[in-house]
Amino acid sequence: MICQECNQRPAALHFTKIINGEKTEVNLCEKCAQEKGEMFMFTGGNGFTFNNLLAGLLNIDPSVQKQNQNTFHQEEVLQCSGCSMTFPQFIKVGRFGCAHCYETFKEQLPPVLRRLHSGNWSHSGKIPKRIGGGIHLKKQVENLKSELKELIQQEEFEKAAQIRDEIRTLEKGLSGSSKGGE
Amino acid sequence: MSLERFINQAVSSWMSEEGPDSDIVLSSRIRLARNFENFKFPTLFSHEEAQAIIKKMEDIMQESNFTKYGQMELLKIDEIQPLQKRVLVEKHLISPNLAEESPYGAVLLTENEEVSIMINEEDHIRIQCLFPGLQLTEALEAANEVDDWLESHIHFGYDEKHGYLTSCPTNVGTGLRASVMMHLPGLILTQQINRIIPAINQLGLVVRGIYGEGSEALGNIFQISNQITLGKSEEDICRDLNGVVSQLISQERSAREALRKTSNIQLEDRVFRSYGVLSNCRIIETKEAAKCLSDVRLGIDMGYIDHLPKNILNELMILTQPGFLQQYAGGHLRANERDIRRAALIRERLKMEQDKM
Repeated sequence: MICQECNQRPAALHFTKIINGEKTEVNLCEKCAQEKGEMFMFTGGNGFTFNNLLAGLLNIDPSVQKQNQNTFHQEEVLQCSGCSMTFPQFIKVGRFGCAHCYETFKEQLPPVLRRLHSGNWSHSGKIPKRIGGGIHLKKQVENLKSELKELIQQEEFEKAAQIRDEIRTLEKGLSGSSKGGE
Repeated sequence: MSLERFINQAVSSWMSEEGPDSDIVLSSRIRLARNFENFKFPTLFSHEEAQAIIKKMEDIMQESNFTKYGQMELLKIDEIQPLQKRVLVEKHLISPNLAEESPYGAVLLTENEEVSIMINEEDHIRIQCLFPGLQLTEALEAANEVDDWLESHIHFGYDEKHGYLTSCPTNVGTGLRASVMMHLPGLILTQQINRIIPAINQLGLVVRGIYGEGSEALGNIFQISNQITLGKSEEDICRDLNGVVSQLISQERSAREALRKTSNIQLEDRVFRSYGVLSNCRIIETKEAAKCLSDVRLGIDMGYIDHLPKNILNELMILTQPGFLQQYAGGHLRANERDIRRAALIRERLKMEQDKM
């Protein structure tokens, strides 16, 4: 068989693509496969390897296994009301079905997230404006407090004092705003 | 079409303009992943939901067009020619995933192509800002502006604990992927790169080739990006990446100086041999072209060659990709025909500079 791309060299790579039930036969020589391969490699392949890795990672995690056993004992499978995804499905696919999944699987998630994000499991970045100033201030205070700790460790007391005052002002605003809301 | 006109139309700002440290850093990119709160993620959503999302984006554009980075245009993936899709991928404006596996995909592009918004890829929305040189802070600022604009119209999936909710748990939190594309021939020639890559990986950063996951480092170009998106602020993620990149820049510079001291004539020979190949070849493959372009660019940066513009590497690396060559030729080309075209395009481009002298 001759390569369908260059019609010159004998085909060395034969495979069948099935996308949405539509079958396509592909026969390429090594050279064309290499050129085309750059396109193929990162379209489908990687997702699979990642999913496999994630599944492996979840299966070896003892805390998740325990929880799986628990749910098995109760004979009910955790299912998201937003998209009907179950936790075993999530593990298999490696993707959530909808934003609500995070709430549904919140008990199972911390070990997963910790592994993926080197120990982190909670957000400390941008906050949408619509969520409101309360969280903004709270997060800001949290950030400043950790900064304060660092400064004290580095014995930068002058800067630390400044940060401390900043925290105080913010905390005043925080209690003020929550009272105002009541 | 003349080559000059084709290039002018094909080149995005990150390929033609110079930015800070652009002798080593080709481009800086910020990507933010966002999702509508009340629609299923693209892995599960229905045809209707996908259409509703595109419709919503069109409405937003009509209501309050965000023109700071130029007029935006919406392209639907199923309405774009396969060749044009490939060109958008080669220019890093859309992902291979959006081009190949997102039937309901679309992209919003600005005129100078610094800002692009992918719709219905793995997440509903992916904001991408691509700037020349090392400009992570600037790119992050731009991405945040686009995000604020969209946020004033859309309720994004977000919770206090997990941050921005994404389809894949590897993106949750900030949804931020910051990446920097670097040309590191000095570290390769001095064989330091094999020592450096594992060290970078240990810092929670990933090193890849020019076309993302799974692609090799064509033309000594590497992409360095963050892995962790949760538990760090956007600014911290960028600062950490910036720190590592600055280190790499100074290592690359000292590697180049060391090469100049120890093997000046060998280096000069290498540069001019590659220049000779590029200006005389009649058939050239992607790989060889990338290698020679890298050598020539190094020659320009180090002053061996002084009649060529610096951005020629960025430009020709992209223009000699299969999609671009075929667009320039105006139709499908087989691999061996592409190699001939590629050689012709490079020769002609180099001649354009010689004529200017």
